[in-house]
Amino acid sequence: MARIEAEVGKPKGGFIKWIDDRFPFTETMKYHVTEYYASKNFNWWYIFGVLAMTVLVIQLVTGVFLTMNYKPAAAEAFASVEYIMRDVEWGWLIRYMHSTGASFFFIVVYLHMFRAMLYGSYKKPRELIWIIGMLIFLVLMAEGFAGYLLPWGQMSYWGAQVIISLFGAIPGIGEGLVEIIRGDYSISDITLNRFFALHVIVLPLLLIGLIFVHIVALHQVGSLNPDGIEIKEQKGADGVPLDGIAFHPYHTSKDLVGIIVFLMLFSAVVFFAPDMGGYFLEHANFEPANLTATPEHIAPVWYFTPFYAILRAVPDKLWGFILFGISVLLPLFLPWLDRARVKSIRYRGWIYKSALGTFVVTFLILGWLGTQPAEPIYVLAARIFSVLYFAFFLLMPYYTTIDKTKPVPERVVYHG
Amino acid sequence: MDKLRALGKLVVFAAILATAQSHASSGAALEKAHIDPGNIASLQRGAANFMNYCSGCHSARYVRFNTIGKYLGLSEEELVDNLMFNAEKTFETIQSSMPASDASRWYGTAPPDMSLMARAKGADYIYNFLKGFYLDPDSPTGVDNTVLAGTSMPHVLWELQGYQKAHFSEHVETNNDGSTTTTHEFEKFELVSSGKLDVEEYESFVRDTVNFLAYIAEPIRAERRKLGTWVLIYLLVFLIIARMLKKQIWKDVK
Repeated sequence: MARIEAEVGKPKGGFIKWIDDRFPFTETMKYHVTEYYASKNFNWWYIFGVLAMTVLVIQLVTGVFLTMNYKPAAAEAFASVEYIMRDVEWGWLIRYMHSTGASFFFIVVYLHMFRAMLYGSYKKPRELIWIIGMLIFLVLMAEGFAGYLLPWGQMSYWGAQVIISLFGAIPGIGEGLVEIIRGDYSISDITLNRFFALHVIVLPLLLIGLIFVHIVALHQVGSLNPDGIEIKEQKGADGVPLDGIAFHPYHTSKDLVGIIVFLMLFSAVVFFAPDMGGYFLEHANFEPANLTATPEHIAPVWYFTPFYAILRAVPDKLWGFILFGISVLLPLFLPWLDRARVKSIRYRGWIYKSALGTFVVTFLILGWLGTQPAEPIYVLAARIFSVLYFAFFLLMPYYTTIDKTKPVPERVVYHG
Repeated sequence: MDKLRALGKLVVFAAILATAQSHASSGAALEKAHIDPGNIASLQRGAANFMNYCSGCHSARYVRFNTIGKYLGLSEEELVDNLMFNAEKTFETIQSSMPASDASRWYGTAPPDMSLMARAKGADYIYNFLKGFYLDPDSPTGVDNTVLAGTSMPHVLWELQGYQKAHFSEHVETNNDGSTTTTHEFEKFELVSSGKLDVEEYESFVRDTVNFLAYIAEPIRAERRKLGTWVLIYLLVFLIIARMLKKQIWKDVK
């Protein structure tokens, strides 16, 4: 009895309390996980954020193991990839997961961005989340581009050659800039070395930092939902949004289902079609880089092709580069281009619905055109669809103003 | 029901992916090679063909003898006696006997390494290439090829196939400026001197060889497909459990 009495006076909480006195562990967990409230009516479009995190983890982990066996030198890179594929225990799986992960990263991120366009996630007060997200997208493009040079295959080499030389079109500084990027007068061992440094250190660090800020900004404002309603405006007596449910365990248990479905699709590609018919691993990249033989048809990997098609549609090199740059950056301005009073597509009129539908078709067709050789008929098509691509953004302030919107309900629509 | 339908969609998707691995062909339509990657006897014959007829000039520098031996069910002795003509140890890779510098002097270009040729060009391409040599008196090697015009590779398999002539149809097109462009379209081969093998035997010789080349391009292919099935079954079980967990947790959400 005496011993129990002695313990009454001791501070309660034990280990967690000890941590909390020194680091805001419980507070952080509550703020970001157990008491972060998000709408209960999320549909499956809301899975792609967590899936992007899943792919990020896959890429980081497989990337570390690839780095242990890969040689970033022009003379050895190609052979070291084959060494990983044939001689390293489970190396083939690690490599296929990484190469498939690259493509899936873009699939997931494109769908994540499309979700924002469907439900107006970028609109006030979430402009900063959207801008950070666009920065993540730009860093991801650079990451994918640098990574694609590393296997040192024909398409690695010549694809990089084409894209890097684009910067040469910038008047005045172009040539110098190209030399800085390459570190040499042509793409060489030196270029490969610095792209390796960018791919495994600089860009992943930037990526992780930006994703952290992206989530902090999201949790400050709170997630939107398919109805485009701010759930924080309808709170219960306990201060919890009436339509909100805690991220954990509700959304985490739902996300787990989505992650497994994603992993099934991912595994289907990794194990049954790692080349994906030449789209994820281009056939010509199974030949080592040959500085004296240009492949008959150079196409970037599929996730760059919509923008590449726009670049090729312009007859002038400098203007091609400028429009290519603008086409990548235009979505950044969506929060200000979109003047509609409602956020979600559910309450928008037919004009925005058809504009968005046309945009999706345009983007897919441009993507396909970018993989095709530059034959006149394809170039003509690329020009038409490039105009449509720009029109979607540049005419947006006009057509979102005149579009007739429907009244938005006060509470989210949820059917249980 | 929803679960079943989703699973059905997934299976269809996987099937589409599995068949989607086609190679972009250049120009003329290629005849299908119809190789059978599961046919070990064909792969063994292909390995012997490659070592006897190809490896003199073509290396397969990423491919180890013991990897082949294990997959084809060959003992170390069988490997040494039947496949390893210029290698000492079974862990060695397939090296050509011809020095690269001599090769490029003799042929203008060094014979390419064959480790990944089937993935770079496709099995059908190699199959058609090996069947596509025809007599051409203007060529330094005496032959040209319907698949790769102007190839510097001589018809090393002439002894087996014999020599064939190619018949082309001529198309003359008048351009806008009045000039004419003549294109030749391949029509058919005609065997002018027969080799040791008849047409069908030669076809299956080439098919076995291509089968072997497709195997060495990705030795892990069969294993990854087998493992993939188990991974998908595992994930499916996991999916059902996760779905039940989600339903349980969400049952008080109204």
